[in-house]
Amino acid sequence: MNHKQKHLLVIFPHPDDESFGASGTISKFRDEGVPVTYLCGTLGEMGRNMGSPVFANRETLYNFRKKELNQAARNLDINVELLGYRDKTLEFEPSEELAKHLKDRIELHKATTIITHYPGYGVHPDHDALGRAVVKAVEMIEPGFRPEVWMHAISNDSEKDLGEPDFIFDITPYWERKEAAIRAHLSQADGMMNLIEEQDQASEHYQRLKTEQFYRWIFPTD
Amino acid sequence: MKAIEQSVVQEYINKFANKDVYIHLETTNGAYASHFDEKAYNVGAFIRNAQVNYQHGKIVSTGGSFRVGLKLDLGWVYAEGLSDFEFDEHGRLLMAGHDREGRLMVALEISEKPFTHEAEEDES
Repeated sequence: MNHKQKHLLVIFPHPDDESFGASGTISKFRDEGVPVTYLCGTLGEMGRNMGSPVFANRETLYNFRKKELNQAARNLDINVELLGYRDKTLEFEPSEELAKHLKDRIELHKATTIITHYPGYGVHPDHDALGRAVVKAVEMIEPGFRPEVWMHAISNDSEKDLGEPDFIFDITPYWERKEAAIRAHLSQADGMMNLIEEQDQASEHYQRLKTEQFYRWIFPTD
Repeated sequence: MKAIEQSVVQEYINKFANKDVYIHLETTNGAYASHFDEKAYNVGAFIRNAQVNYQHGKIVSTGGSFRVGLKLDLGWVYAEGLSDFEFDEHGRLLMAGHDREGRLMVALEISEKPFTHEAEEDES
């Protein structure tokens, strides 16, 4: 694949998934000159966090989250495309149609690497559903033309079940960019970041944010 | 949103009575409840743009938060734990209850026009 122009596609369902889960890795790719596009499934309009102190409500949340996403994208120097689904409903969408939608975008962008959630280990149903749809979408592409798919696993039991991840990135060199990207998601991240700051910097949570790890998905016919 | 003033909200509830209105009703404890605490359960429900026509509605104080009940010809709409409200620029009555960290736990909203459904363009 080295002769091809690389393009990283990050496919997650909510504004802020990219910042918490992959913004260090995204920064690494950007420093290597690789364009990055975030396909964001929904606007997270059913989120529970309304800012701390509260400044949003159920009907204004999507406006805030859209602006926050654009700010995070500017911080990370990436493109954003909205897929237009509604928060919490991805698992109920017709799965063939969802996969086809993703396949078209993947081919349009000539993606060489995709980052998405590990189906079954994403904790949030939207994470699992979109990860599953990405697998299905890539399976629709002829072997040999398929991008690599890197899976982000979140659930507490993931390492016990899946073993050591294939990629483990220490993203300390990109920490400032990651923190700025997370903080851009003001309605969601403020309480959480304050919590982290209060904690010892050696805490498990803090360390987890400084490492990003992924499993390479093996397609049967690769 | 601001703290519910019972008499103000009661008047808005009265204004929507005997009209075809759209309801957004929701309760949630978040998608990560059992991720952060394995003893917890994830519980939630929402209905968006249910069209109803209520005979009358009432807001009741529980000392700290409020319950709202809307009486339909064939049933009820009910929400507990409401603490904040807003009558927004689109003429919608938004009510919600938040936990100590400001996270939404329950919402009941009433509108004469359907609530937006898609991740659509910024309307403001």
